[in-house]
Amino acid sequence: MSEKTLFDKLWNSHTVADLGDGVALLYIDRIFLHERTGSISLIGLEDEGRAVANPEKVFCTMDHIIDTVPGRSDTTTMEGGREFIEMTRQATAQAGIRLFDIGDQRQGIVHVTSPEQGIVLPGLTLVCPDSHTCTQGAFGALAWGIGSTEAEQALATNVLRVEKPKNMRVTFDGELSAGVTAKDMILHLISAYSTSGAVGYAVEFAGTAVSILSMESRMTLCNMAVEFGAFTGMIAVDEKTVDYVEGRPFTPQGALWDQAVKDWEDLKSDSGAKFDKEIVVDASKINPTVSWGTSPGQSIAIGETIPSPESFTERNQNIATKNAQKYMAVTPGTRLNDLKIDAAFIGSCTNSRLTDLRRVAKILQGRKVAKGIRAICVPGSTKVKQDAEAEGLDQIFKDAGFEWRESGCSMCFFAGGESFGFEERVISSTNRNFEGRQGPKTRTHIASPETVAASAIAGHICAAADLEEV
Amino acid sequence: MEGFQTINSKAIPLLLINVDTDAIIPSREMKRVSKRGLSEGLFAGWRYKSNDSRELEPDFILNDPEYNGAKILLGGDNFGCGSSREHAVWALHEYGIRVIIAPSFGAIFYKNCIRNGILPILLSDQNIEPLSGKELKINLENQLINDDISFEIAPADKEMLLDGLDDIELNLKHVDDIRSFENNDRVKRPWAYL
Repeated sequence: MSEKTLFDKLWNSHTVADLGDGVALLYIDRIFLHERTGSISLIGLEDEGRAVANPEKVFCTMDHIIDTVPGRSDTTTMEGGREFIEMTRQATAQAGIRLFDIGDQRQGIVHVTSPEQGIVLPGLTLVCPDSHTCTQGAFGALAWGIGSTEAEQALATNVLRVEKPKNMRVTFDGELSAGVTAKDMILHLISAYSTSGAVGYAVEFAGTAVSILSMESRMTLCNMAVEFGAFTGMIAVDEKTVDYVEGRPFTPQGALWDQAVKDWEDLKSDSGAKFDKEIVVDASKINPTVSWGTSPGQSIAIGETIPSPESFTERNQNIATKNAQKYMAVTPGTRLNDLKIDAAFIGSCTNSRLTDLRRVAKILQGRKVAKGIRAICVPGSTKVKQDAEAEGLDQIFKDAGFEWRESGCSMCFFAGGESFGFEERVISSTNRNFEGRQGPKTRTHIASPETVAASAIAGHICAAADLEEV
Repeated sequence: MEGFQTINSKAIPLLLINVDTDAIIPSREMKRVSKRGLSEGLFAGWRYKSNDSRELEPDFILNDPEYNGAKILLGGDNFGCGSSREHAVWALHEYGIRVIIAPSFGAIFYKNCIRNGILPILLSDQNIEPLSGKELKINLENQLINDDISFEIAPADKEMLLDGLDDIELNLKHVDDIRSFENNDRVKRPWAYL
């Protein structure tokens, strides 16, 4: 009974009160907000005459609504965007909350800037009214997405009422093939076990193929735990975690650092810990994977053919397949390689960090984006952008024909401002291929940044390994 | 929030799997910093003929005059998956939806429903399909649909819906627990505090 999972340890160490029926009052260590769903929480609180309990543990960034075009200002391509920006500025100032505003090096996508600044740490609870907060579980933290009303609750009381999910472990055994990334791992998992495969579970990712991943790739893996239906994803703390966290602006220093590192040694599942569900995946069998449909579960390896609706015996799956194929204008039996693309997008909280951009730059070096294709790169934070520029990566992207943008969520979703065109086919390093996600009737294929870069060069969906030598 | 009352209404069948919150309310319909004025954008991508018009798409189920004023929505597996946007729930509520019946829900969406007066009911596909278009009576107190189909709900969620309770008020009843946790924790994990 003393053998515990990582999730149980995080849960127990934050339980303020057991409310019965599996519900606990959990202590919240960090709260992150952004201008779209955060401003409304602060204003909601203000309307009720309530205050933020501990403003020093609350952070806010501008990422969802601000433009990413060079020379941006408070005026946005999205109609009404200025209101979100100004209200966020006003509400955070009034509450005494740190804001990473336009022009600040720390400005960026929540789940890029938070780790970069040392705001998420192993063993902490962190919540944000953003579903991809699970990204930050990569640090052995309990980080999950909440609604705006729940954010009000956390802001006002430092605690959240949460029903405890069950424990699941997904073990990626074996070695990844060359050119296969964390993005391919998670797309492969979701396509095999469905987008509701982890509903009701907190998922720990483990195994040799996970432990060799860089912290940035671990974030990619955890990022899409929500697309797997999970409450959140997480990975045990190891040397890589500690090395990544050390010396960042909000990381503890001196004696506090020493104690923290010691405390973090226990942030792993005990060897005999029992999980309610276990999935084992042979990592060596994973190939570069791309979505063909309108749900992340509708993904296949690049060389495979798009399935026929009849291959799904369950009626709902059959209908969903038909609808998705109609929307995406793809036919059963076609290979993804045969699909010509109109645009390529590299960015988002899934894949926009420095190591992502370095890997892409290697592919782009000496190559050009195919004629007529719009290719865009949006670094995940202003710091990522500056670091990339210091290494000259921006020049490689630009020489290849990519637009080089300011940081933000950008065209990961269409908010009424910028978008990809009507019925355009886009290959994208983002996490959602929902109908209309990137523009009116836009057809999104999600993939690793490597596959996005290779496809931009080839003009059709293409794995990096299949590009001609430079 | 008002307490949840017994609902009598026709059930609108939207029996698709993975209906995400982008479909329930597209980003482009979240135009202001407000919880109100969102129902016009509800299912905008499916409900209207194009992005720039409000001309109704006659084939979309919500536009069927038979379901005018209906308060119950039937959905497929993983209903409300995707983005955490509470706007999806605010839009549904403002439109008049009070009950959603589906085999499973997106986790954040489910909690958002409970906090905004919408009852999410878990039922299997096989049990949902026969309810399509039927007049239903939903009694949360007894956890019954039409007095004969029972459903489960966590007691805390039920209480929150029935009494229209507010989390902040409930949490503040534990203010002593929170203080004592903090005091101990600051000693135990001083590195966790900024």
